[in-house]
Amino acid sequence: MKETIRFELNGRPVSLEVDPERMLLWILRDELGLTGTKYGCGEGICGACTVLVDGEAVRSCQYPMKDVRAKKITTIEGLAAEGKLHPLQEAFVRHNVMQCGFCTSGMIVTADGLLRKNPQPTREEIIRAMDDNFCRCGGYMRIIQAIESAAQEMKKGARR
Amino acid sequence: MKRREFMKIAGGGVFVFFTIGEPRDWLEAQQRAGGRDYPTDFNAYLRIAEDGKVTGFAGKAELGQGTQTALAQIAAEELDVPLDRVDVIMGDTALCPWDMGTFGSRSIKYFGPALRQAAAEARAVLIELASEQLKLPVDQLATKDGFVQEKANPQNRISYGALAKGKMIERHLDPKPPVKPPAEYAIVGKPADRKDAVLKATGKAQYAGDIRLPGMLYARILRPPAHGAKLKTIDLSGAEKTEGARVIQDGEMIAVLHSSFDLAEAALSKVKAEWEVPEATVDDETIYEHLVKVAPAGDVVEEKGNLKEGRKLAASVFEETYFAPYVAHAPMEPHTATAKIEDGAATVWASTQRPFGLQEEVAQTIGLAMEKVRIITPFVGGGFGGKNRNLQSVEAARLAKLAGAPVQVAWSRSEEFFYDTFQPAAVVKITSGLDAANKLVLWDYDIFFAGERTSQPFYDIPHYRILSRGSWRRGGGGAHPFEVGAWRAPGSNTNTFAREAHMDVMAAKAGLDPMEFRLLNLKDERMKRALAAAADKFGWNPAKAPSGRGVGVACVNYLNTYVATMAEVGVEKSGAVKVKRVVCVQDMGRVINPDGARAQIEGCITMGLGYCLSEEIHFRGGAIQDRNFDSYEIPRFSWLPQIETILVDNPGLEPQGGGEPPIVNMGAVVANAIFDATGARLFRVPITPARLKKALPPL
Repeated sequence: MKETIRFELNGRPVSLEVDPERMLLWILRDELGLTGTKYGCGEGICGACTVLVDGEAVRSCQYPMKDVRAKKITTIEGLAAEGKLHPLQEAFVRHNVMQCGFCTSGMIVTADGLLRKNPQPTREEIIRAMDDNFCRCGGYMRIIQAIESAAQEMKKGARR
Repeated sequence: MKRREFMKIAGGGVFVFFTIGEPRDWLEAQQRAGGRDYPTDFNAYLRIAEDGKVTGFAGKAELGQGTQTALAQIAAEELDVPLDRVDVIMGDTALCPWDMGTFGSRSIKYFGPALRQAAAEARAVLIELASEQLKLPVDQLATKDGFVQEKANPQNRISYGALAKGKMIERHLDPKPPVKPPAEYAIVGKPADRKDAVLKATGKAQYAGDIRLPGMLYARILRPPAHGAKLKTIDLSGAEKTEGARVIQDGEMIAVLHSSFDLAEAALSKVKAEWEVPEATVDDETIYEHLVKVAPAGDVVEEKGNLKEGRKLAASVFEETYFAPYVAHAPMEPHTATAKIEDGAATVWASTQRPFGLQEEVAQTIGLAMEKVRIITPFVGGGFGGKNRNLQSVEAARLAKLAGAPVQVAWSRSEEFFYDTFQPAAVVKITSGLDAANKLVLWDYDIFFAGERTSQPFYDIPHYRILSRGSWRRGGGGAHPFEVGAWRAPGSNTNTFAREAHMDVMAAKAGLDPMEFRLLNLKDERMKRALAAAADKFGWNPAKAPSGRGVGVACVNYLNTYVATMAEVGVEKSGAVKVKRVVCVQDMGRVINPDGARAQIEGCITMGLGYCLSEEIHFRGGAIQDRNFDSYEIPRFSWLPQIETILVDNPGLEPQGGGEPPIVNMGAVVANAIFDATGARLFRVPITPARLKKALPPL
C-alpha cells in the first residue's frame, strides 16, 4: 500500500513511494541513508531519534510517514549551513559535551526546537524541555551549559 | 607474589613487567584473553605519513570515555608534534596492536605506557635518521613540532614526514630510549578538545548500525519470552509470505531479513511461536536468600591478624547485611553489528569492547582462520561493561554467511534488556568491631557474588578477613537466572556501598562525625589528603549523624585511583530523594586530559544516581520484566545535582584509571546522606521512594 509522499527534508524537496504507516526514523535511516538520527528505545521514551517537524521536536520512531506529508523535516544533518556549524553544535563542541555521542543528535535537535520557541530559556525551562532525552554517559551538566551558551551566542546575533 | 612487583607469564619465559596496579586482576584478565601481549615494535603503534601526519593505533574502543583524545595527547607529547597532527585509529584488528579489551579503567594506565614508549623510540630513531641526513651528531639535534632541527640553528631542520615517508621504520633501539620527563610536558596535562566532537555534533560519527553496504539486509531474530524457554511449535508461513522478507532457520536461530529494520520487524511479528517456559524459582525479592544458599565456600581475598583476637578486643560489635540488585548497562546504543563475508574473508563492524576477542569468536563460529576475520570498531555508543559480550556480532556473522549477503543485526531496546550481562545481584555480610577508643579492631567481610574488587580494606584494621564467594563474572551453581558480567567498576559499587555505609553505621553508634571516624581509622595519607580536599571544597562541618542536614561522605581506593565524595540530599515525605550537590575529589596520578577526566567524573556521578535511587531489574525466573526505559528508570536532566570536581595534583604517580572510579562511591554517599537527613538507614539499593518511605521514622 505504498503512496507518494512529498515533504521537505533539510531544505530540499523529497518525493517517496512509501507505506504511509511506516515510521519516519526508518525512512531516514534505512531508505534515505541519513544515519545521524538514532534508534534508542523504539517507543518514544529516550529522545535519541528526535527530529524537527515544522520546527517542532518530535520522536521520529513514533512519527508515521502519513503525517510527514507537506511538512518541513529537519534532522541533525540539516543544522549546519554553508559549512558552518549551528551555534548549538558549536557550543556542544566547545563544552566537550560528547562522550559516546549516541544521544547527541537528539539532544541538539531537541534543544534547537526549544530555542526556536524560547530563545532565552531559563535553566529550569531547559531542564523541563530536555527531561525526556536520556544520556547514559551522564553528560547532562555540560549539555545544559552548552544550550545556555548557544542561546547567548544566538542573542548576540549568531545565525538563527 | 609481591603486590607491587609481579611476574608476567609470557610466551618465552617470565620477566618483570609492570610495577603498579592490581597484579592479580591484570594477570587473570590477560590469561583469560589467551595470554597475548602488546607488541614491542613501535611501528605497531604509530605511522608517520609523508605529510607529517601521525596516526596512532590502539586496540581499544572509543566508548565515549575520551581515550582517543588522551592517547593522541600521549603520542603527540612524546613525539613532539602538534596535537592536531595526531589521529588515533581504534579497535581495528587489521591495523591495531592486539589488546584484550576496553574495561577496568585500563586504557591510559596500561596501554598508555606502551604507546608512550613506542613514541619515544620513534622520536629517537627519527633523530638518528636526521643526524645522517643533516650530517650532524645526534646531541646537536632537538625535536619540535614535527621537525628534527639543529639546536644551534633551528632553521636547519627536516620534517618527520620527510624522514619517515609513511613507511615502516626498520631501525630499533636497544636499550629503549628514555621517555620525556613529565616536567617537560606541554600537551599532556593540559585540557584538550575531543577529537570526535565535531563528528558527533553533526551526526556524522559512524556507529556499527550506521554502516550501509550494497545488498545489505537487516535481520530481526526470534527471541524467547524468558531465559531457559524452549521452542515448542513454530509457524513461519506468515513471515515467509511477506513481500521482500527472507526467513533463515539455523539450529535454534530463526531470523527474518529484510531491506530495513522496521520491515524485518514487521515480518518477524508474523512468526507464530509457542514456548515452554520453565517455572520460575527466584524473583527480584527472593534472589538474595537464594544467592546466599547456593554460594560456594569461596576464597580468602586478603586477611590479617586473627578474627577471634579482633572479637576479643572489640568493645562493640556490628553485624549488618547489604544488598544490591541486578542492574542493566542500558547504553543508548543497543548492541549492533554489521557483517560482510566476501572471498572467504569476514569483516564485522561491531559495537564491542573486545574487538580481538570477537575476532576469535567470529573465526570459530563461521569456520574461518583468524587472519581472515577483521573486526572494525566504529564509535561505540556506550559500553559500561555490557559490550564485552559479543553475541550480536556473532549472530550477524552467522547470518551473513547463511544469507550470502551483508547483514546488520541491531538489537531492539527490548533485546538489549533481555540479553544484557547485568551487574550481578549480590549480598555482603559484615561483622565489625570497635575498641573502647572507637578504633576498628575487627572486620569480617563476606561477599556473595559481587566479586572482590575494592573489598580490600584501606582502613587501619589489625584483624580482618575478606572472603569472596562467587565472582561477578559467572555465577555457577545455578546462582543467576540469566547472564551477568562486568558493570562499570564491577563489584566495587556493591563493595563500597557496603563498606562505606557500614562505616557510617559504626560512626553513628559511636556518636562520631563520619569524617572524624574515618580519619581516626585511617593511616593511608593519600586517602586522608583526598578526604581533606573534599571536606574543604564541600564545607564539611563535623556533626554526629543524623544531623538533619542530609550530608554524607564515602571514599574508595579503586585500583590505585583514590576518590573521596561528599553529597547533600533532600528527602521528601513521599520518600523521594533529590541529590542536590556532589563534590568529588579524585587522585588518579598524572592526568593526561584534565577536562576529559572531569567529564568522566561528572558522568560517573550522574550515572551513579541511577543505581542508588531507581535502577533494579525486575524478573520472575528467566523472564525479565523491565524491557524499556518506561519501567527501568535511568537518571535524567531533572535529577542533576550541582557537581564540583577536584583533581588532586599528584605528578609523582604514573597515570591511573578514570573511567570507573568516581561512580563507586555513589551508593554509599547517597545512603549516608539520607541517613543524615532522616535517621533512616537503608541496607539495600536502589533506595526507591517506597523503600525509603517505609523506613522513615514516624513523624
